[in-house]
Amino acid sequence: MDNPEIGQPDETADVAVPVTLTVNGRRHDLMLDPRVTLLDALRNYLGFTGTKKGCDQGQCGACTVLVADRRIDSCLTLAVMNQDVPIVTIEGLGAPESLHPIQKAFIEHDGFQCGYCTSGQIMSAVALLEHEKPPASDTEIRERMSGNLCRCGAYPGIVEAIRCVRDAARNPVAGEAA
Amino acid sequence: MNPFRYVKATSPADALARMGRNPGARFVAGGTTLLDLMKLGVETPDVLIDINHLGLDGITEDRHGLHIGAHVSNTDLAEHDSVKKKWPVMSQAILAGASTQLRNMATVGGNLLQGNRCGYFRDVAMPCNRRDPGTGCGALGEQPGVEGINRYCAVLGTSPSCIAAHPSDMCVALVAVDAKVKISSPAFDRLERAEDFFRLPGDTPQIQTRLGPDELITGIELPELPAGARSMYLKVRDRTSYAYALTSAAVVLTLDAKGRIDHARVALGGVGSVPWRSHEAENALLSSPPTEEAFRAAAEAAFAGAVPYQYNGFKIALGQDTLVRVLNELVRPGAGERP
Repeated sequence: MDNPEIGQPDETADVAVPVTLTVNGRRHDLMLDPRVTLLDALRNYLGFTGTKKGCDQGQCGACTVLVADRRIDSCLTLAVMNQDVPIVTIEGLGAPESLHPIQKAFIEHDGFQCGYCTSGQIMSAVALLEHEKPPASDTEIRERMSGNLCRCGAYPGIVEAIRCVRDAARNPVAGEAA
Repeated sequence: MNPFRYVKATSPADALARMGRNPGARFVAGGTTLLDLMKLGVETPDVLIDINHLGLDGITEDRHGLHIGAHVSNTDLAEHDSVKKKWPVMSQAILAGASTQLRNMATVGGNLLQGNRCGYFRDVAMPCNRRDPGTGCGALGEQPGVEGINRYCAVLGTSPSCIAAHPSDMCVALVAVDAKVKISSPAFDRLERAEDFFRLPGDTPQIQTRLGPDELITGIELPELPAGARSMYLKVRDRTSYAYALTSAAVVLTLDAKGRIDHARVALGGVGSVPWRSHEAENALLSSPPTEEAFRAAAEAAFAGAVPYQYNGFKIALGQDTLVRVLNELVRPGAGERP
């Protein structure tokens, strides 16, 4: 028991606690107020500003990251709750000179306009194609990407990008020809 | 967010000991509702007890049915092979709710406690008896010259204190399959039928469930459905995906050798203060042939006691049509599709 005063309010509640996050394969030791969300820890304390803050209430998906290979909204979880699990952000996918296939496909198929939702869209698409049952139809792609809003309305390009990467993975030769 | 102390519980007993009798402490699992409400200032816990590491994340099956740990994610439950095969209504209901991101985070125990999504509850500047007893119900529009925004509100089970609709999809299916909620307290463990777990608002809308302040949900049990049972969940919403239900229906049905309905359990979502079991619809269906007329009669019976408010009267007709369509789909797959 690390806390003798079980169930009692704590005057020192606003004091920082040690938090260790493993982001894109690297371990980071931080001291954080327990109120800091995973999203704010990534952006404000670790500089992973590719992950965006949109609604900050789990409705827009701009803050989507992978935790233990699952996509989650990083705004609705505390940093302190995400220790000892691998976290992947958009920075962990590819670099400008070596883009991830989904990043490349978003460029090729006009999957964005202003770009604010894009890293969340891409993280969601990566989870969808690499860690979940692949979507069988465009309808299914739309349904399973519905947790990522795009106010520019780039949806047709997003669906197209995901479909093409899915098809290329199924049939590498045809995928390259397309 | 208010400052709080964060502690990590290591077992259900440890979680309960840490909760003690502190009314300011909250358990946090997926956090998708609690953190949202904390940011809004609706929830202001002084202690947050992390219950993500209690070993309650397994699903096991035996001859009685399925035993689901409280910390199983919505995704894992919906994608479980047995659930998809034997309790399709559960899988369909869960996948109809929220987004993949949220279903990956949210737990079945948390889903039972998600409270409500009424805009007045979520806005601390507004009156809400559920959040601040005695302040009134903003959705009713009781103040002269101030409208109540109640299009999403319930038409069944409401009271003058609160007309919010219960927002869960999963809980509607839990009621339809007669699931049991496993609850632990420092003194003993108990089972509560999902149907009885939720409390009507009455004049104490702030008390939403029968879970005591010193109790913890440890799991859910899904009993085997009757042999030959068909089950289905259908949700109607403002957009195709990722929206709360305007209306929904979960039905478990069996037909006898003569093709008559010999078992029916009907639960409705989006229309009730709680996930709404309709005994009236079930009674109307029992022993009837599975005809459109019988379905229509059941749907009318289900909403006979409905009380509409200024902007949600449409839910009565829509809720009836939703139930009729599910019943049609169950006995004649494809029949409920509109051209």
